[in-house]
Amino acid sequence: MSALLALLAGAGAGAYGFRTARRLSPARRYLVGALLGTVGAVVVSVLTGGCAYSPEVDAAQHVLGIAVAGGIGLAVASGTSVVLASAKGGRDAGSIGSDIRTGTYRLGWWWPWALLLPTIVILVVFLYIPAVQTFTLSTKLVRLGAPRQIEVCLANFSELLTPNPWILVILPLVAVGVMWGLALWKRQARLGSMSLTAATALQPFGIVVLLLALYYMFNGGPRGYRGIYVNTLVVSAGTVAGGMILGLAVAYLAFQKVRGMTVYRTLLIWPYAVSPPVAGILFFMMFDPTAGIIQHLFELVGITFPNYREDVFLARFAVIAASTWKILGYNVLFYLAGLQNVPGDQIEASVLDGASAWQRFRYVVMPSLAPITFFLLITNLTYAFFEVYGTIDYLTRGAPAGKTSVAIYEIIRVGVENRDIGRGAAQSVLLFLAVIGLTVWQFKQSESRITYGGGG
Amino acid sequence: MTGLAVGVRKKTWFRGRSWPVHGALILTTFMIGFPLAYAALIATQSNPDVFAFQLTPGDSLAQNFQDVWFGRDLGRYMWNSTVQSVLITVAKTVLSLAAGLAFVYFRFKAKWIVFFFVLITLMMPTEVMILALFRLVSAFDWKDTMAALVVPFAASATGAFLFRQHFANLPNDLAEASQVDGASPLQFLTKVLIPLSWNTIGALAVIQFVYGWNMYLWPVLIISKQEAQVIQVGLQNLQGIDVGLTYGPLMLAALLASIPPTIVFILLQKPFMSGFSITADK
Repeated sequence: MSALLALLAGAGAGAYGFRTARRLSPARRYLVGALLGTVGAVVVSVLTGGCAYSPEVDAAQHVLGIAVAGGIGLAVASGTSVVLASAKGGRDAGSIGSDIRTGTYRLGWWWPWALLLPTIVILVVFLYIPAVQTFTLSTKLVRLGAPRQIEVCLANFSELLTPNPWILVILPLVAVGVMWGLALWKRQARLGSMSLTAATALQPFGIVVLLLALYYMFNGGPRGYRGIYVNTLVVSAGTVAGGMILGLAVAYLAFQKVRGMTVYRTLLIWPYAVSPPVAGILFFMMFDPTAGIIQHLFELVGITFPNYREDVFLARFAVIAASTWKILGYNVLFYLAGLQNVPGDQIEASVLDGASAWQRFRYVVMPSLAPITFFLLITNLTYAFFEVYGTIDYLTRGAPAGKTSVAIYEIIRVGVENRDIGRGAAQSVLLFLAVIGLTVWQFKQSESRITYGGGG
Repeated sequence: MTGLAVGVRKKTWFRGRSWPVHGALILTTFMIGFPLAYAALIATQSNPDVFAFQLTPGDSLAQNFQDVWFGRDLGRYMWNSTVQSVLITVAKTVLSLAAGLAFVYFRFKAKWIVFFFVLITLMMPTEVMILALFRLVSAFDWKDTMAALVVPFAASATGAFLFRQHFANLPNDLAEASQVDGASPLQFLTKVLIPLSWNTIGALAVIQFVYGWNMYLWPVLIISKQEAQVIQVGLQNLQGIDVGLTYGPLMLAALLASIPPTIVFILLQKPFMSGFSITADK
């Protein structure tokens, strides 16, 4: 039954993934896509011995198995369609990367390969192979340094999720449905209508629904992932929001024309060169409950400041403050570059129209900063996912009670400290999926929305 | 942001009276610089000074330096980090230049496959596969070696694309002329392309040096011998609460650890900034 559903999921996702292949008629597109998706799902099922569909494992694994089949189907079909499209484009227009037509060398065929070989070898050995191994390890019970491995199918994943299979089925469908519906509404709304304004305003609601659905899909128990998910969400949202808003404000200030600006700018961007671990140490000092300046200042006004390592809110605040401080210079740098591109004539026009400083900022400056804002959103999120490791390790070590242990911190705690590589790899796969999701979102956004304003 | 007026000259639309701007800038600079300034203050103090919340510099700077440099072998960690960062920067720059050259000035079958192959690594951060990488490199018997700190990070997709884009924007005549002169691709690279690419190289060098110097998670995992350790991890020895934390040496070490990337950043600031405004324009 589950196996059948898995094949259907593979076929459906494949048909969806292949829908943009332009050279075929629509009916053939869906047929070929479904075929590709089914093949992908079958290959994976055979390779794993269909372990997720056996009656011995719990229902959550069945659901996961079907989702994996669908995911593989989607990946195979959309991958094929992208490759086909670029292969065709490549043959039509010279090929990708040769943006010049004349002036290419006509030497032995091995020349470009010799130039690219070191890069290719390093990427294969140190990125592609570990990436594949992360997926295979995630289905096993492996101890660090021990040769013995036990196949556990999707158990490493299902224990992170709620045991109720219906929640796992319904919530993702609801989230995807809401996001789809909102996107569809926006696309069909007429330009300038109230409907479009409402649809645009409600767009972020889709992401909120998705995040909420994930919250309820993760298991709230001690082995579950809900706690880590919340920590990661809080720390990265705080860091990204703080870093970008302050970054824009500081950049706006540093864009004024006054004497000595080079010195100011250097000083303002400087924290970029400071490492995340050092940021952790500096804030460790400031927040220190016995010797820190913050403690001292509060004592002066007669308040005892609680130990941040024992207070959930303060511990998270300290981590967010340290990482915001560290990423600020980077954001200032890029916003300064972005401000150079704000069209000066539009500013002048807005002044002649009598726009206030805030209106000028809101309706002229901000739209032309949209591409760079989106770029920074992605890089800041990547930073908040990964680089905060060093900050946390020096500042809180996950204290209190694991409430500042974010996804990457937990991967190392489980995989290296507990020597449980399989479970750590399963958590790595979750993070990997999040990164892939972000990248796909970035790709789609840069294709469609962020085209107005300067650059892109 | 009050009092902003449009200037007559280009790009001066924020001009107004300058002293409020100076005031705001000084305040912001102070707030952003505060953690570093506070650390510099503590670095001169002994523990009793710190506990007394003394707000003037203490006289323990020499003692603290003695402690971290000779007592805790900070010099060794800094040296290891320097070697690692320089090697990573050089390797990434050389490999990226070679890849850019191959992508722009050669035609070959399967170029788009290689292109995709490199492009996809942009969404594969090392951190998500760090456990598998750790197992793999441990199996190479590279634990506690410089090779483990450098080789896995020697290639750069970002660098390859940055140089590809930069080369593609250079005039075609350059390549044609040097081919007429009979220059080999490598001569073309060293004599023509590199002199035209210093801004891009400089911007990339800052990013890569800082990336190498600030690397933390990977050395935590792969380096366990103290004499092979890098600075970011070596700082842990000074935070060891079990041996009684002394704040002065810890802050001094944190500041010393930030000096090399700061120097690189300040020296290469011009190309870094202009390299970025170029990429931001594209």
